[in-house]
Amino acid sequence: MLRLPRFRYLRPQSVAEAADLMAEHGEQAMLVAGGTDLLPKMKRGQMEAEILVGLGHLAELRQLERSDDGGLRIGAGVTLSQIVHDAALARLYPGYVRAAALVSSPALRNAGTIGGNLCVDTRCNFYDQSYEWRMAVGFCMKKDGDICRVAPASKRCRAIASSDTAPAAMALGATVTLVSSAGRREVPVSALYEDDGQFYLAKAADEIIESIQLPAATDWSSSYVKVRRRGSIDFPLAGVAVALKAAGPVIEEGRIVITAVASRPLDVSEAAEPLVGCTLASLLEGQRDELLTGVAASAARPAKPLDNADLHYVWRKQMTRRGVEQAVREAATALLARSA
Amino acid sequence: MNLSPATHDGQALHVVGKPLPRVEAVGKVTGGTLYADDIDLSGLLHCKLLRSHHAHARVLSIDTSSALAVPGVVAVITGQDLPARYGIMPTCEDEVALEHEKVRFVGDPVAAVAAVDEAAALAGCRAIRVEYDPLEAVESIEQALLSPGSEPIHDYAGPANIHRLAALEFGDVEAGFARADHIREDVFFFEGNTHLPMEQHSATAQAANGHVTLWSSTQNPHYVQRILASVLDLPMGHVRVVAAPHGGGFGGKCDPFSHEIVVCKLAMLTGRPVKCTLTREEVFYTHRGRHPVLMWVRTGVDASGRICAMHFRTALDGGAYGSYGPASTLYTGALQTTTYAIPAYRFEGARVFTNKAPCGPKRGHGTPQPRFALEVHLDKIAEEIGLDPVELRRRNYVKPFTRTVNWLRITSCGLEEVTDRVLEASRESRRERRPGHGVGFAVSSYMCGAGLPIYWNKLPHSECVINVGRGGVTLFCGATDIGQGSDSVLATVAAEELGLSPGDIRLVTGDTGLTPVDLGSYSSRVTFMAGNAARMAASRMRELIVAAVAEEEGCAPSEIEVREGKIGRLMFEEAAVLAEERLGTLSSHGSYSPPADIGGRYKGSGVGPSPAYSYSAAVVDLDADHCTGEVHVNKVWLAHDIGRAINELAVRGQVEGGVYMALGEALMEAQVYRDGLHKQPSMLDYKSLTFLEMPEVETILVETVDPEGPYGAKEVGQGPLLPVIPAVVSAVHDALGVWVDEVPVTPEKILKALDARAKGKEGRFGPKSFPDVPYPPLVKVTPPDAAAAAL
Amino acid sequence: MSASDDRDVLRLSVNGVEQALLVGPYTTLLELLREDLRLTGTKHGCELGECGACTVLVDGVAQLSCLVLPAQLDGAAVTTIEGLAEGSVLHPLQRAFMRSGALQCGYCTPGMILAAKALLDANPAPSREEIRQALAGNLCRCTGYASIIEAVEDVARSAS
Ligand SMILES: Cc1cc2nc3c(=O)[nH]c(=O)nc-3n(C[C@H](O)[C@H](O)[C@H](O)COP(=O)(O)OP(=O)(O)OC[C@H]3O[C@@H](n4cnc5c(N)ncnc54)[C@H](O)[C@@H]3O)c2cc1C
Ligand code: SF4
Ligand code: FES
Ligand code: FES
Repeated sequence: MLRLPRFRYLRPQSVAEAADLMAEHGEQAMLVAGGTDLLPKMKRGQMEAEILVGLGHLAELRQLERSDDGGLRIGAGVTLSQIVHDAALARLYPGYVRAAALVSSPALRNAGTIGGNLCVDTRCNFYDQSYEWRMAVGFCMKKDGDICRVAPASKRCRAIASSDTAPAAMALGATVTLVSSAGRREVPVSALYEDDGQFYLAKAADEIIESIQLPAATDWSSSYVKVRRRGSIDFPLAGVAVALKAAGPVIEEGRIVITAVASRPLDVSEAAEPLVGCTLASLLEGQRDELLTGVAASAARPAKPLDNADLHYVWRKQMTRRGVEQAVREAATALLARSA
Repeated sequence: MNLSPATHDGQALHVVGKPLPRVEAVGKVTGGTLYADDIDLSGLLHCKLLRSHHAHARVLSIDTSSALAVPGVVAVITGQDLPARYGIMPTCEDEVALEHEKVRFVGDPVAAVAAVDEAAALAGCRAIRVEYDPLEAVESIEQALLSPGSEPIHDYAGPANIHRLAALEFGDVEAGFARADHIREDVFFFEGNTHLPMEQHSATAQAANGHVTLWSSTQNPHYVQRILASVLDLPMGHVRVVAAPHGGGFGGKCDPFSHEIVVCKLAMLTGRPVKCTLTREEVFYTHRGRHPVLMWVRTGVDASGRICAMHFRTALDGGAYGSYGPASTLYTGALQTTTYAIPAYRFEGARVFTNKAPCGPKRGHGTPQPRFALEVHLDKIAEEIGLDPVELRRRNYVKPFTRTVNWLRITSCGLEEVTDRVLEASRESRRERRPGHGVGFAVSSYMCGAGLPIYWNKLPHSECVINVGRGGVTLFCGATDIGQGSDSVLATVAAEELGLSPGDIRLVTGDTGLTPVDLGSYSSRVTFMAGNAARMAASRMRELIVAAVAEEEGCAPSEIEVREGKIGRLMFEEAAVLAEERLGTLSSHGSYSPPADIGGRYKGSGVGPSPAYSYSAAVVDLDADHCTGEVHVNKVWLAHDIGRAINELAVRGQVEGGVYMALGEALMEAQVYRDGLHKQPSMLDYKSLTFLEMPEVETILVETVDPEGPYGAKEVGQGPLLPVIPAVVSAVHDALGVWVDEVPVTPEKILKALDARAKGKEGRFGPKSFPDVPYPPLVKVTPPDAAAAAL
Repeated sequence: MSASDDRDVLRLSVNGVEQALLVGPYTTLLELLREDLRLTGTKHGCELGECGACTVLVDGVAQLSCLVLPAQLDGAAVTTIEGLAEGSVLHPLQRAFMRSGALQCGYCTPGMILAAKALLDANPAPSREEIRQALAGNLCRCTGYASIIEAVEDVARSAS
């Protein structure tokens, strides 16, 4: 049986106390919410911490409330399952809910939180292995070693951004509230990430995600397409989140975020510009297929999958293009249905 | 399902054929069943193995001193403590429990630590210092054969790393090709895959008074007992191996394993019970799974599509050790003839060593790979000569009660029926046409137990003892229920004979200390062989009791009815007491040995013969996306000639499970390596189908009532897997017009085949050529003459 | 390792029995159940959240016990496969699994039954698709799943 290394578990009574504990213990401590990402990695020696500061029990992280601007503020400790089973949320933010619904398996979503999901470690099949396995290859830059096994010439780790909800949240223009002993700040979700597989989070290690704010969804709809081998359990091999705005029959604005094809989710919304001015109907009835293909191609251009995940990296890039086409169609369909 | 009326030899059947729940089901649904890792003994120590992190290296030194200093560590052993070589097959005893001279794959065990808990044992392992001198590693069949001048993996295999060669010719193949109107050659590759039982292997040993007892998640307690006795240097009678309730095997728990030997040794050394449970990653290294096989096949047919001659070549990637390799090699050539009447047949096979986890038997042992190649090859011939692929097959089907060119005895054979039934059931779907939609068909056959044991001996293959005392019936048999339902089969057979219900029979199985021999749960042998032994024992018991009752009642035994818990007018319990009063202890026995004349008499003839063969036909309906290469299987129809279903529910379960495993192998399962390391030793990365990928399966059972099977029963554990893999490939071809001659059929392979076609090349993905293998001169075997061929 | 000073007292109800347990914070619920409480009906196939064999119910919700820290649970009610039958009367799911042949080796069965129970408790009349979705994290290598779906449908049908 794989077992956890020893650690101390601290159970703060509030987010503020958790922030203080993080400040006090510095590098020795890590936050844990559902534990579904952290614990397997600790079992395999990919992550080490002498102290875990637990967040899962904090009721203040489990609130869901409307904000003044008509948006929604969701506590970081809300589980993925809660998101999935919230019918109102699914109406307003179908892309985000879909992304949450496609994370791993049902039991895992019962434990996994949306805050933990935003911080989920980057993945690589040279790294997501046991200590003994990694020792056999001589370790790698991300943990215990010094070179990258996938791209030996690379100066940085190229592990893959693997959160499903991060791109969906970015496409919505969501923000997160970060709390530390030094204070509180609100940043766009996109500002959480660095294109570096090893140091993939742009926030400080002791900053706690308190909540995620989804802006009002009036006239917007969204979608998320996930590419993977099986319909369950698997991480994304490519993911595409799309949000489209249309008050009437014509698209006014579009956002596209792709993931699992770089070390951070990539906002490629410029690629959506040609969609502006298209009617939803023309897009869905196949009259603008060429335009859509063009959008997909330029959206997928920055995708640089490498040979460190399931299936072939060329295929993953191809599938990113397909994913963009499908996600745009789905978002457009939802908008059309809403206007009808 | 449409089963034949429940009678056998004119006698009504009462429990045989009924869809009854498994006899051990209550323990499994309540959590009460104790699997190997659930066993706890007082003073139990926990063991961990230190494994090589080199694919190929000489071991220069092993320093265990600091391991012994780790708190909680009780004992550390290395290869010095267990020097004896062993192997499941006497012809390749090339393993030791712990290697101290040379390691041959990443994961090869080199030392073992026993400690008060697993964490301490692991810390102990990490404290051991091993000095290695790395050697060049061999990763593929081609690389092995190139004899790179580097050190051979095993000295006995020579510089080309060839473990085993075979070359056989039955009939005049050249003449056959000469008279053929059409000849075709194809090359195929089957990527290896593994069993992935849900249960990770576990073994616990206890030693006292010079005796050792091992509880293990093994399929073959008898063979493990033999190897333990030899490696531990104990008399056979001092070794008891108990097959614990089993969390899935599929062939992966057939070999004697390091951890089993090591816990015995550590128990002997420490005087305390010792347990070793493998992690999932270690299960991938323990492997013994499906061999990667390269195949080349050449077939000549006449103008009407009848096969004139076939030449089949295989090259197996065996991994680092022998395991069942000699048998695996021959199996890649043995059963082509049990579905098609091939008048002249040549088979050349080779197994090479590579520095990867050792391959061995997995469901269908050595035959799914050639079956895939053969069926797809026939599809291509049919396409080329413009004949319907089903018709081509029908023209070549073997007939019941005949003998094949390689001397295999065919008895009951439902090939025609399974074909008819599966086509009938899938008719509507086959009519449907939409872009990307495809349907594929294939047939297969499998053995009901190997005709010969793994090591040469003349013991019965299966024995049963039935004791009746104090009104209760206890059946003792060495067979092991690995989830396939063999306990239920034994109980059902005994209950049928004794007029009881299966739940009335107490079973003691899979325990070499308590039960008479049964060779093990492999080669689909248990229902046929142990079932016959149980039937013999039970009918003898019935005769004893009936005779006593007849005497009491003053009538002829034939007038005594045995049914529904009664023997004549007496309740079974009363009748049993009566018989015991008259006869003393009531004990009966039965045994089974396969008939002697079921195979040929040439070198290599030991592989293939079986007292009967099951037959299966599959239709696969799928949609394949020409843009993404993704495949969605809509439905599978599987018709299976079961001879007779002893338990319809269990049979259906085996069919559905076989189809499940086949779809996994056809579409995603693969044991892949990179830089000498297993690329994905986890349940997340080794892909097996979830609920969401599994299509509907329509099972059709055909009962041909085999003359020698118990109540006519044949096997179902392995056969239904076989036709599904080629049927998937065939359906993809039907859908997109391209051939993927390499399993698993992944999206990228489909896209590459489509791409090749778009570029004006052959719409195909697969190996381009077959390597040069130094096959030996052919052993020419005269086929049976016309008289012998018609039984 | 056994006795040490980093263990905390944890209050937990397991199959209806209130317990005060001394456990290290790094001991997963899976280890606690199997090794400390000897409730070995809870199985394990990976210990990494990848197979579903270790599924138990925590306050009625399906959780992978190999990834649950007992420290996160204080006061919770855990149900394992041993806690499903009422005395000697099996739970309808247990009976249906037997009847439908929804188990072979039985190793995935405890997790499968508990995942199915969580589903039926929340949704007594699920569609076939909902059943497949709810159980999609529980792998079974033996049955091919059809008989499991049948068993769950059977219970849902007889409940309605
Ligand atoms: C088999 C398997 C499959 C999976 N498949 C997917 C998948 O398909 N898609 C996917 O996106 N994920 C997947 N995951 C990863 C993971 O389960 C989810 O991402 C989950 O949402 C993580 O949430 P958690 O609360 O369990 O995180 P934890 O494991 O508790 O934490 C994850 C990380 O986030 C940090 N963290 C947690 N909460 C906070 C907070 N409030 N503020 C700051 N930092 C925080 C932790 O310190 C840790 O570094 C999978 C995991 C497994 C084991
Ligand atoms: S991308 Fe390179 S450095 Fe990063 S985890 Fe993979 S091998 Fe290691
Ligand atoms: S053991 Fe927990 S999911 Fe596999
Ligand atoms: S019954 Fe064996 S794994 Fe499901």
